[in-house]
Amino acid sequence: MLIQRKTELTYADVTPKDVYANRRKFLRDLGIAGAAAAIAGERILSIASPNLTAYATSKLNFVKGPFSTDEKITPVNDVTHYNNFYEFGSDKGDPAKNSQNFRTSPWTVSVEGEVKSPRKFSMDELLKLAPLEERIYRHRCVERWSIVVPWIGYSLSSLLKMFEPTPKAKYVAFQSYYDLGQMPQSRYTGLEYPYVEGLRMDEAMHPLALLCVGMYGETLPNQDGAPVRIVVPWKYGYKSIKSIVKIKFQEKEPPTTWNLQASNEYGFYSNVNPNVDHPRWSQATEHRLGELFPRKTVIFNGYADQVASLYNGMDLKKYH
Amino acid sequence: MAVFLVSSIPFVLLCTRLLRNDLGINPVETLQHTTGDWTLRFLIFTLAITPLRKTLNLPELIRFRRMLGLFAFFYVVLHFLTYLGPDQSFNFSGMWDDVAKRKFVTVGFAAFLLLIPLAATSTTGMIRRLGGKRWQSLHRLIYVCAILGVIHYYWLVKSDVRKPLMYAFFVGIFLLWRVWDAYFRRKGKAPATVRPEVSTHTNLPAEKNV
Repeated sequence: MLIQRKTELTYADVTPKDVYANRRKFLRDLGIAGAAAAIAGERILSIASPNLTAYATSKLNFVKGPFSTDEKITPVNDVTHYNNFYEFGSDKGDPAKNSQNFRTSPWTVSVEGEVKSPRKFSMDELLKLAPLEERIYRHRCVERWSIVVPWIGYSLSSLLKMFEPTPKAKYVAFQSYYDLGQMPQSRYTGLEYPYVEGLRMDEAMHPLALLCVGMYGETLPNQDGAPVRIVVPWKYGYKSIKSIVKIKFQEKEPPTTWNLQASNEYGFYSNVNPNVDHPRWSQATEHRLGELFPRKTVIFNGYADQVASLYNGMDLKKYH
Repeated sequence: MAVFLVSSIPFVLLCTRLLRNDLGINPVETLQHTTGDWTLRFLIFTLAITPLRKTLNLPELIRFRRMLGLFAFFYVVLHFLTYLGPDQSFNFSGMWDDVAKRKFVTVGFAAFLLLIPLAATSTTGMIRRLGGKRWQSLHRLIYVCAILGVIHYYWLVKSDVRKPLMYAFFVGIFLLWRVWDAYFRRKGKAPATVRPEVSTHTNLPAEKNV
């Protein structure tokens, strides 16, 4: 039997969080940018690139989970300050700035639809539903950037298996929280809200599909989809819906937000595939954050051994 | 000289940020977006000169136009290099493939190509060699470049089109002004006039038709 041990060092032990969250201040305190000229320069630069904002998260207990890659983990600062979370604005830096007061407690996730007994979960219940695992996954955005993230959670199937789906349940639909009052920047982003996504039942039940409550040893920062999201590492990032409030078993293929916005560009399946181009750019290569030159994109984002069989006999160009 | 220094500020700031390793989390994207933004802005500044000069009756503004246009070219060259280098790894066949297949790259690349003859014929010697009239006709290509540049940006964004539309607004205003101006001039009563003797000592062709 494999004895699993909680990691003793956390990411915060390498660089204390208050230091990396305020790294510019840290450098200034060291006197590196001490001169008056530098201060003047700083003021100009701070307009061009606003200071990084801090955020509140707390530590989680977890064990090492399966499927982890040994690729170099993307620095936590990149994953928390380069986000697509259109509810908080369409610039990559917007979510970190605009989501800081987002209220994620109390939080309820409702599981409903074609099941025998629908029910609601509090975050406490979700956190205790199965042992939390750390899984280091590659994450590939449709925009051609990619990251490697140590997510924390458990297989989505652990939750879904608690339910007895009716024979009609063929798909699982997901819905994000939406409140214009808390997300005023969403108004100008050109998408319809609430954000919705969906998976075919076998995709949702696949052990790789993660119900995610944390990353880098801690609970999810708001800008990364707090308090609970899914991570589907073989699909483009927008399938990994954030801040989930509703999970629904249903018969029909659910509508998905980016597909509603531009159906020729974003399909229901959205599997990472270097051979099927986005109409406006090639998907053959990707830009791993932190690297200068692009690298080749791998089919199913490198998870073909696990998931390719789900799509046997399907035309991946047609069902992109 | 002042215009040269001011126009260089975005470039100097970009270099400072590059040296300080302060280009954000995706430095390549920051370089591409910043140089693209400044290209469009300088195209718009260049297009603004004639309308402002005539409506505000400030003929001396013409002295700045060449410098502004050349800075638009300077920023588009940087923009192109950030695409060719970090994005395409200097792989020309990949680049041609991209240009041929993707319409937003096609229009962007076309706008870049069209700016080359304008930059090349920007010297006083070239103006003289071409003759004012032909030079002017050639340089009207900047209208096409600005429109293609805005389309390039509009087609790039995923869903938030506010910034491309803002650029489209300014390009539209300054181009519509020209249509309106030409219409009134044909009717023989120009809405605003410029004393031609002022523009002659700038070594540039008289600007009546631009």
